Amino acid sequence: MPDTREITVTVNGSAYTEVVETRFSLADFLRQTLGLTGTHLGCEHGVCGACTILMDEDAVRSCLTLAVQADGASITTVEGLANEDGSLHPIQDAFRKHHGLQCGFCTPGMLISLAAFLRDTPNPDESAVRAAISGNICRCTGYQQIVDAALDAAANINAAGRS
Amino acid sequence: MGARYFGAKVMRAEDENLITGRGQYVDDIQLTGMMHGAFLRSPHAHAQVKNIDVSCAQKMMGVHAVFTYDDLSGPLAEPLIQTYSSPSIKQDIRPYLLAKDEVCYVGEAVAFVVADTRHLAEDALTAIDVEFETLEPAVDLYKASREDAPLAHTSAPNNLASSLNVKYGEVDGAFAGADHVLSTSFTQHRGGCHSMECRGVVATYDMTADELKIWSSTQCPYLIRRALAQQLGMPDESVRVIAPDVGGGFGPKAGYYVEEAIVPFAAKILGHPVKWIEDRREHFLSTNTQRDTIWDLEIAASNEGRILGVRGKVLLDNGAYVPYGLLLPITTLIPLPGPYRVHALDVTLDVVLTNTVCNSPIRGAGRPNAAYAMERVVETIARELNIESTEVRRRNFVRKEDFPYQTGLIHFNGRPITYDSGDYHGLLEKAMELADFDGFSERQRAARAEGRYLGIGISSCIEDTGIGPYEGVTVRVDTQGKVHVLTGAASQGQGHKTVISQIVADELGIAFEDVKVQIGDTGKFPQGIGTVGSRVGVNAGTSSYSAAVEVREKALSLAAQILEAEAGDLEIEDGIVRDTGNRNINISLGDLALKLAPMTGGPIPEGFKPSLEATSYETSKDLPTASGSNVCEVDVDVGTGEVRILRYSVAHDCGRKINPMIVEGQIIGGVIHGIGNALFEQMLYDERGQPLTTNYGEYLMPLGSEMPRVDIVHQETPSPLNPLGLKGAGEGGTIPAAAAVVSAIENALEPFGIEIDYYPVTPQRLCELLDEAEQALTAAE
Repeated sequence: MPDTREITVTVNGSAYTEVVETRFSLADFLRQTLGLTGTHLGCEHGVCGACTILMDEDAVRSCLTLAVQADGASITTVEGLANEDGSLHPIQDAFRKHHGLQCGFCTPGMLISLAAFLRDTPNPDESAVRAAISGNICRCTGYQQIVDAALDAAANINAAGRS
Repeated sequence: MGARYFGAKVMRAEDENLITGRGQYVDDIQLTGMMHGAFLRSPHAHAQVKNIDVSCAQKMMGVHAVFTYDDLSGPLAEPLIQTYSSPSIKQDIRPYLLAKDEVCYVGEAVAFVVADTRHLAEDALTAIDVEFETLEPAVDLYKASREDAPLAHTSAPNNLASSLNVKYGEVDGAFAGADHVLSTSFTQHRGGCHSMECRGVVATYDMTADELKIWSSTQCPYLIRRALAQQLGMPDESVRVIAPDVGGGFGPKAGYYVEEAIVPFAAKILGHPVKWIEDRREHFLSTNTQRDTIWDLEIAASNEGRILGVRGKVLLDNGAYVPYGLLLPITTLIPLPGPYRVHALDVTLDVVLTNTVCNSPIRGAGRPNAAYAMERVVETIARELNIESTEVRRRNFVRKEDFPYQTGLIHFNGRPITYDSGDYHGLLEKAMELADFDGFSERQRAARAEGRYLGIGISSCIEDTGIGPYEGVTVRVDTQGKVHVLTGAASQGQGHKTVISQIVADELGIAFEDVKVQIGDTGKFPQGIGTVGSRVGVNAGTSSYSAAVEVREKALSLAAQILEAEAGDLEIEDGIVRDTGNRNINISLGDLALKLAPMTGGPIPEGFKPSLEATSYETSKDLPTASGSNVCEVDVDVGTGEVRILRYSVAHDCGRKINPMIVEGQIIGGVIHGIGNALFEQMLYDERGQPLTTNYGEYLMPLGSEMPRVDIVHQETPSPLNPLGLKGAGEGGTIPAAAAVVSAIENALEPFGIEIDYYPVTPQRLCELLDEAEQALTAAE
């Protein structure tokens, strides 16, 4: 029988206690156990970044994190990125406005990476944004409209902070 | 009708789900009782399969079945269906769905395990015992093309899958009378698909109805339906193929793969839904790629730099099987003249079988190869005759007044190749202006003074788009005035729903939000083709327009009857048909739909057919030809071989743009893909046919941190071939990119006299070229 452990994790504000196989990645746990399929797997070896989630506020690869490592942690996935009132996070809004996504498969990871980046970097320039997404591969967009979206989202976050 | 949406930067209908994690990709589909599959794949490039022992694997926990070739019968025991048959295929060698007695590339499917979970299925793979006897592989393209090469297939007489020739004009005369006969030889490498979502299939079989339902991460659900029905011995109508949200396609997902047959076969046998999701390593090993093409061309040129003739020989690495017919070789040859008037042409392309994964179109198919070849011709003339390459282009471009222009080339299907419209001189000027081309020599001089090597490169291209025969569309108004649009072509991110909604909303005078488009489901629309070759905007766009026009006319004519008005006096605004003379006389589209869809006993208005709907298969009369000129400026570090792209300028003409935001997204994404081809992406094999690049540590994808901003200027030459003036836009970014980058690098390294004969131009390769150049200089001194 596969080895299992019980873990307790808070995901998008809800607490879950589940028995998981110790070999389950955090992505497996989110997608298969919790049915949160917004987190995508693009390479499963930590390079493409599609599976990026927030774990205790850090952007991490859920494909390289074991589910058991998340015991006691608070996780945010793309499903939990919008505000509690249902309004979109500024980076989600900006992705729509600037055509920051095409097929949408890398998008959850991009959004999470950028949400963490914009939280920590209020006034980024283009090269900082490009460095921030250097761990997220997108085959569709060529990145430019993602960069435009991030810069616009940063401006909107700042404007909202001032008002 | 005022065009409110066509041509506007309308935000996409697709996005809300995708930015909130509510997309439905194949791997997101959960069905009750679903089992999970994993494939055992060949570890050898070429081997005989002597024996497969699955007895241990079958006994493992959670395992429901282990399938091998011996479990297949009837048409399933035959090779994979040829989806693009052609009399030009000399050796139509296709794989068995699971290896029969010979494996011909690393990654070929040998066995399929179905278990309760993917983890358990993969556990069982390790317990399958296969006895292989390895054979000599044919790996290197050039070596494989020679008569003494090892055979890629033991039963084949040689490694030649096909040999194609394109010829027109007085070739011998052109060369005999030319002021100059020049030559150029080069090898192109293009990488793999690398959509961020790998392939995947979910299948479920309804025994009572004898119906199979398959979700596949495919570009061409109708192709899969047809092939699968044949392979499973079922009627087409009993097979429903759905392409749900698909995470990128780029060509390789347009094909029919063994996994698409084996997963439904297993679901049928086991009476449970079965899911198989390709992992990234499998994607490297078993998803079609597009690798080497070797060109040897001779050029007949006049003193003025005119291209009098081109002749030569091309070798194309086909990989192990021919699952895609000759689409790639044909798209390599047909657009060869590009935007230039090439007076005579004679080029033969040999399609060579090797023991590597199958070769099939990647974004642009053979067009980037053709464009690169013709740009090499232009650059060779410019260099050898000492004429500015911009001037060589201008002197050879097809002129604006020459459209429609026949290149002289006849397609293998008998159709003369014709360019419908364009202005290639205009595009070049626009691109040069955008790139500040005239200011470059000063930038280059200033950089050289600091020891930096800047270079600039140009590439001009055409793109034949919108290939038919059709992409039908049904437009239907429901009784609440909402409009439903159904069409076959699946989307992999191109925004089909959005652009179709724009066209239909304008024509029917309704809000964009009131159009609901359903695509990519063979159960929803009877016939379709798929999303390849920049064709959906042109085909489905034209049909959407034509079906919407018919619905509009039907609505106005019915409204005229009901309102006792003249149809010509009526307009549709916000879903209400009104008399322009008296706005109080009106009826909603929903009420009109209701009149045509009454309940029991209700009358249908005289002279009308039921349902306020229309279906159209109308499409472009011929292939609209898009075009572009790109300018790339690079900074080459002669110490490390690193190439940094400083600016990249695109002048592009895809006729009338339905949604400029989407068009620019396609161009930028395409350019970056082409830059990836030029600088990074390399699917390499060792001499035994073992893949050397099977993860994103070894295979380099373009990253946001290294990619330039792409500046775009549009020229709009509407296609006269379809009512909306559309031309395709999906591949025009990729097609010219590698040529612009490589020319820019050569320009930067002009002081070293370096000519580049292979891409991707990696730092390692550039350092070797620089070292060779230095040694040559030292020897000369």
